[in-house]
Amino acid sequence: MSSLSVPHLLGIKDLTPEDLELVFKTAEQFKEVINRPIKKVPSLRDITVANLFFENSTRTRLSFELAEKRLSADVVNFSASQSSVKKGETLVDTVNNILAMKVDMVVLRHSAPGAAYFLSKHVDASIVNAGDGAHEHPTQALLDAFSMREALGKTDLHGVRVVIVGDILHSRVALSNIFCLQKLGVEVAVCGPKTLIPRHLTELGVRVISDLDTALEWADVANMLRVQHERMDMRYFPSLAEYTSLFGVDRKRLERLSSIPVIMHPGPINRGVELTSDVADSEHSIILQQVENGVAIRMAVLYLLAAQRTPHYTA
Amino acid sequence: MTQKRLFGPEELRVLLHRLACQLRESHRFFEHTVLIGLQPRGVALAQALAHLLRTEYGIADVATGSLDATFFRDDFRRRDEPLRANRTEIAHSIEGKKVVLIDDVLYTGRTLRAALDALHAFGRPQRTELLVLIDRRFRRELPIQPDYVGRHVDALDTEKVRLDWSPQGELESVSLIQEKSAQ
Repeated sequence: MSSLSVPHLLGIKDLTPEDLELVFKTAEQFKEVINRPIKKVPSLRDITVANLFFENSTRTRLSFELAEKRLSADVVNFSASQSSVKKGETLVDTVNNILAMKVDMVVLRHSAPGAAYFLSKHVDASIVNAGDGAHEHPTQALLDAFSMREALGKTDLHGVRVVIVGDILHSRVALSNIFCLQKLGVEVAVCGPKTLIPRHLTELGVRVISDLDTALEWADVANMLRVQHERMDMRYFPSLAEYTSLFGVDRKRLERLSSIPVIMHPGPINRGVELTSDVADSEHSIILQQVENGVAIRMAVLYLLAAQRTPHYTA
Repeated sequence: MTQKRLFGPEELRVLLHRLACQLRESHRFFEHTVLIGLQPRGVALAQALAHLLRTEYGIADVATGSLDATFFRDDFRRRDEPLRANRTEIAHSIEGKKVVLIDDVLYTGRTLRAALDALHAFGRPQRTELLVLIDRRFRRELPIQPDYVGRHVDALDTEKVRLDWSPQGELESVSLIQEKSAQ
């Protein structure tokens, strides 16, 4: 088994456990590559990738761009604020215009859930979903699981307990993480204000724990999500101070536990809200390792998807 | 599948000793030399030679490493399956060193070309040599020749040369494998 079962990476939901294993195994090799004195390999020399970001992002775009460049792909960047989207062009038209310039792969971030699925049906390029609304963010889930394997020192995550804390309702990271972790045999729980937990989440087999201390005591890993002020169209909790006192992690809270879980955060951190600085910068946190692994995981995904495309120079 | 044994353990033992002696002759005490086995099948050979040099030829320390050239290959996307990568471990700097690349079988030379590219990511060796156990002559697609050769083997394109190792890391046999009957 050494190729992916899908031609695009649209969501974790479509992947098999073997796909996940293949991505992790490939990423391990790329992690070694990006720690070499010369961090570049020529595998994607004949591939052009367009990073289409219809929604703001700094780190994900940077991470993808680095991954592409370290694979020697040609890269074009496009962000909605500078584009003709404002002039009323449709998504398919925009993308087809870019593909007419001979682009092979598209990394798409869009605020509409399903944007990547839609695009994959209409254009002839390999699509990587870099976040579609509150739906999925597959590369983040892959890098989170990869970082957990590394932090816990095991390749088999069966029986590991992970709690995802915070704004589950608006979070594509949460949904992709749940799909990914469950495929790997992880027990997943969520914890957060009732207003930010979707009502039918338990149907996915996810446990809901309302008290953070109980959740942290139960978990081997705590993935702290960012409070997404920009997505909140109404008040979901009374005040930030109240959120922090109930769902923020500080050192005192950790010290009360019998064993301290690995602390993760997809970034950017609202310091003093989800995590205090002394926790974010502590030895329990693997936040910066997540960022490093992000590049390796994205290289693996691009490499494996590119491998399925027919070369330009064969008949 | 048919299998023909070319060399047995006794012959191979003599052969490895000869290669170790040749290395010993041109690298003296190995202070500036790194033996690098190519993944996946050259690594065991590099380890076996390093072991021999330490135990039989009194070399105190032989620096070794492994190199994977997968991401540098020129046949990526020309195969049905994507190429699987293996671990690269080069702990020693190779800048200014004498590097001996070691592989089991030299065939078209394409792996070696990729390996030379891959090696550059770790520095600029003063000199790079090539040692192979089996040289399949007349099958080269690139101008690459080995500096040290165990044996020459002339075989058909449809045949494969395979090395078998014991679990203790001893080279047991070299065989010629015919996948399908030649018609």
